[in-house]
Amino acid sequence: MIGVLGVLAEAWGEVRVHKARVVLSLVGVFLAVFAMTAVTGLGQILAQVQQEQAERYGGRAATVSVSGYDPQTGLPPDAAAWTAATEELLDRYGVTEYATVRSSSALLRMPGGTQELPTTEVSPSYGELHRIEPIAGRWLRQGDLQSLAPALVVNEYVLAQLGGGTFTGPRSVVLGGPRPVTATIVGVVQDDGPYPLVYRAASSGLSPGNDPAAPSSSYGVGPTQLELWVPAGQVNDVIAAVTSDLALVLPGLQVDAYRLDSPGLADSLDSLRLAVRGAGAVVLLLGGLGVFNVGMMAVRQRVREIGIRRSFGATSGRVFSAIMLESVVATVLAGVAAVALAVVVVANLPIEQWFNNGVPIADEPGFPVQAAVEGLVAAAGVGALAGLLPAVLAVRVKVIDAIRF
Amino acid sequence: MSTPQLQLTGVGRQVRLPDGRLLPILTDVDLTVQAGEHVSIVGRSGSGKSTLLNVLGLLDNPTAGEYLLEGEPTGRIRGRRRARLRGECFGFVFQQFNLLPRRTAAENVAAPLLYARGRDFLTRGRTAREVLDRVGLADRADQVPERLSGGEQQRVAIARALVRRPRVVLADEPTGALDVETGRAVMTMLAEATAERGAALVTITHDLSVAALADRQLRLDGGRLTPMTVAETRAATS
Repeated sequence: MIGVLGVLAEAWGEVRVHKARVVLSLVGVFLAVFAMTAVTGLGQILAQVQQEQAERYGGRAATVSVSGYDPQTGLPPDAAAWTAATEELLDRYGVTEYATVRSSSALLRMPGGTQELPTTEVSPSYGELHRIEPIAGRWLRQGDLQSLAPALVVNEYVLAQLGGGTFTGPRSVVLGGPRPVTATIVGVVQDDGPYPLVYRAASSGLSPGNDPAAPSSSYGVGPTQLELWVPAGQVNDVIAAVTSDLALVLPGLQVDAYRLDSPGLADSLDSLRLAVRGAGAVVLLLGGLGVFNVGMMAVRQRVREIGIRRSFGATSGRVFSAIMLESVVATVLAGVAAVALAVVVVANLPIEQWFNNGVPIADEPGFPVQAAVEGLVAAAGVGALAGLLPAVLAVRVKVIDAIRF
Repeated sequence: MSTPQLQLTGVGRQVRLPDGRLLPILTDVDLTVQAGEHVSIVGRSGSGKSTLLNVLGLLDNPTAGEYLLEGEPTGRIRGRRRARLRGECFGFVFQQFNLLPRRTAAENVAAPLLYARGRDFLTRGRTAREVLDRVGLADRADQVPERLSGGEQQRVAIARALVRRPRVVLADEPTGALDVETGRAVMTMLAEATAERGAALVTITHDLSVAALADRQLRLDGGRLTPMTVAETRAATS
């Protein structure tokens, strides 16, 4: 124990005394660890952003979309029969993570007149499945399915059409049709482009006769689709089971089931992460070469000192450990500083503005601990590697010559 | 009769020259140093004084003869144990002081205790200051060697040699880099400090007045160690 403390004390003493040399030698390592850690951390956050962007459209990995239509007429199945069949299916397989989606349209009374807008009728779980994060207000929730005022979530474009302003709380809007009703906008999502986007709770507390619908929709009204969130490894089994089971329950119906999210996303994100780490490793290697060079020079200049320490009773192992640890202590200190700076820089970058169109990141990963740990381990590793040869050189110093040096 | 602290019997040391020939540095050296004894070895440059000191301090190995340290043959002591024994038994004082640059006097004195164990290691800072106080440098403890005079630097080196309470202090031309007056003061202090601790002191010098401070004077000439003649001793002490 005392031996270890002694080696540490000696190494720390050397780092302290040779501050200028150590600092200069560490500039490369500091920059390399900073770059590697910051880029790795940023890369992981960006991968998360990219994943969330992809999931906003295709759902989480793995999302299986299930829909059906009559191949003779092209019409969707009877809503009640479809609902009963799909609910039985979900119950049979114990699927708890799913959402319902249906494309339709609605008439909205705008300041400039009534407009028919495409609407997506969804169950509240759709938001979770597609990582929808409102920039104001909230997403749909279970209680909205019984609300007498149909709940809506619109994008900024629609909000602007409705008169704009800051969305500070639920806002009423009249849904037109033969029997108009007042709906409530509960949340606003970011624009993806200059087009309207209206999410509507899949049902409301209104009786079907009172629920307004566009009298003659110019937008395609689609069948109700079911989106299942299943383990990626079971996608093919789920598709096969769902297709055959629904076809049996609803004879004559063409059932379509396919994977909605991008299966290649994980691979491409892994490639991105690998490329980022590869670049970091190269930079770190170059930084390590700097430490190594300075370490070699320092040992040559400290031959006499090494000899003096040997006269005090320093063993070869102790001289080796001290020179090696000196390098490791220094690079670890540089690593700690670099990691700290990387955390501060990455945490304060406006990532949402730069990469996510201002949309809040749903599962903001924070600074990846793995990146920080990797940075520190890499710094220590570089220190050990860079200190190895100087340490061997120091051990081979002949004491008698060193004292006379 | 107690076991001698150091005992060389027929010790020789040769080095191989680049052309393959063997050059004798020490030849058939017999030397016995008792605990607490002060011995000085006088010789001209190139007479083998430093080589003898290196052999005594376990920094070098003889190529002939036997060296007993407290009765134990040193030829069999190798590696880690040899280094430990060197640190525990010997304190070195060099002609050029050999202080560690950019470390304070206290850090220099504490440096050998980095290789000590237990309490000695843990209390090294305090011990170093106590020993510095003993050599009259308490007020210079936080100065780096570059800011100390030659005499002060050598006193720091002496404090460093004594800090682990060695049983033998080996001094290689301890006054060689000092003026006569400072050299004498430093040498007197070294002799007193080692005597106070009961340590043996082997001084290598070419200065007869320094040699005269020892209990016994020897001459090293051409690698051979002989007692100084009565006349030489008288001349040195007068």
